[in-house]
Amino acid sequence: MPFDLSDLNICIAVTGLKTGDNPQPGVPVIRCLRKAGFRGKIIGLVYDALESGIYVDSLADEIYQIPYPSAGAEAFLNRLDTILSRSAIDVIIPTLDSEIITYIRLNKELEQRGIHTFLPDEEHYLLRDKTRLASYFPDKGIKVPRTILINDSSQIMSLDQSMSWPVFIKGRYYEAFKAYTVAEALHYYQDICNRWGMPVIAQQVVSGDEFNVVIIGDGKGGMIGMVPQRKLVITDKGKGFGGVVVKNAGLDKFAADLMRILRWRGACELEIIKGMDNAFYLIEINPRFPAWVRLAEGAGQNQPAALVMLALGRKVDPLPPYRPGTLFIRHAEDVISDIQVMGGIAALGELINRTSEHCETSFPASGDPDIGI
Amino acid sequence: METVKVTELAISDNGFIFDPATGYSYSANETGFMLLRMLQSGLDKAEIRQQFLTEYETTPDSLDSDLEHFILMLRALNLIGVGPEDADAV
Repeated sequence: MPFDLSDLNICIAVTGLKTGDNPQPGVPVIRCLRKAGFRGKIIGLVYDALESGIYVDSLADEIYQIPYPSAGAEAFLNRLDTILSRSAIDVIIPTLDSEIITYIRLNKELEQRGIHTFLPDEEHYLLRDKTRLASYFPDKGIKVPRTILINDSSQIMSLDQSMSWPVFIKGRYYEAFKAYTVAEALHYYQDICNRWGMPVIAQQVVSGDEFNVVIIGDGKGGMIGMVPQRKLVITDKGKGFGGVVVKNAGLDKFAADLMRILRWRGACELEIIKGMDNAFYLIEINPRFPAWVRLAEGAGQNQPAALVMLALGRKVDPLPPYRPGTLFIRHAEDVISDIQVMGGIAALGELINRTSEHCETSFPASGDPDIGI
Repeated sequence: METVKVTELAISDNGFIFDPATGYSYSANETGFMLLRMLQSGLDKAEIRQQFLTEYETTPDSLDSDLEHFILMLRALNLIGVGPEDADAV
């Protein structure tokens, strides 16, 4: 049975509404919730006025700009309290790597405000950090490509003593480049250092078939849902713009073993490669839904809807088996809007699209259908 | 027979083949499609050979050559030949 949220009269806030060449998961997460029949209020929490999901009709009922994670917890909570004076929020689904830790650390403060999440604790969150994978998992039977943390450019010069080219040079949170030479590795190291800071991660490239798996872990070592896919269309940034759900017993077992070890609570995405030696290698664990999460919904597992129920403390049975062969192709489309809409966000940091048919709000909708306040 | 892997393949009537274990897809012509269907239904090499000779105007030598070539390709793509019972298959 598909998830039915049609009777759920709450307000759900979702972050990450950018859907460009490096798409964020917020828009597909909202679409999954609507697909589950959710008719309550959806709030989009954005970091800048150019997040494209702001301009998509019938997506979010209200949009609020929030400070970047680097601004700190106090700035975030201050802004959140302002937003709460306009609209109560029952559940937040953060979807961006760099912000997850903020929501984890502020769990108590969020609960005090009546806001629920379904996230791991900090200890488990940190276990999946790119800098920890190679030291934590191999002893437990999960293969990880050889990884070196780079804190000094001189380490690049000696990379070929322990790895063979090509090597991935990765940022702690974002970006990865394949380097074929020391010169390329140095270039990418500096580039990533400047943008994301240290450490930079050097990881041995493993040739083979790449798979991605979206999972909701129950926090006890089990899984509420799990859908694996193989990317069919990959952009020059390495983003999957098309993929197909696969059914591979070895892959399923690898993911289940990993979740049992990690005891992950909440949504995550595994990046896995099946090497030429037929072994599975863990490449990354992303601590949130991927941008392709609608594929899971299309394959029979509405994981964002399930996550909402889990956040509310409801009992959720494991989702039904996924349908292999389900395909997604990302389709870019121009959204036509008005500069006044951007002005609303840029000047006021908020935009009220409509008052939800179900959800009461303490702040009355503006007479202007586009711009509130 | 080489049924363990081949029965897991999703094969459309238009010859489109999807391997759910890897996510790879392929397309086969009419005879390739027919052969895969026979494999899926559990026919052995002799039965497949006989059926082709009955339905197509070809010589046994030519058929054996084409059949061998196609089976080798299926093996190389890991589309057949998983189970232990497959050792004596086509």
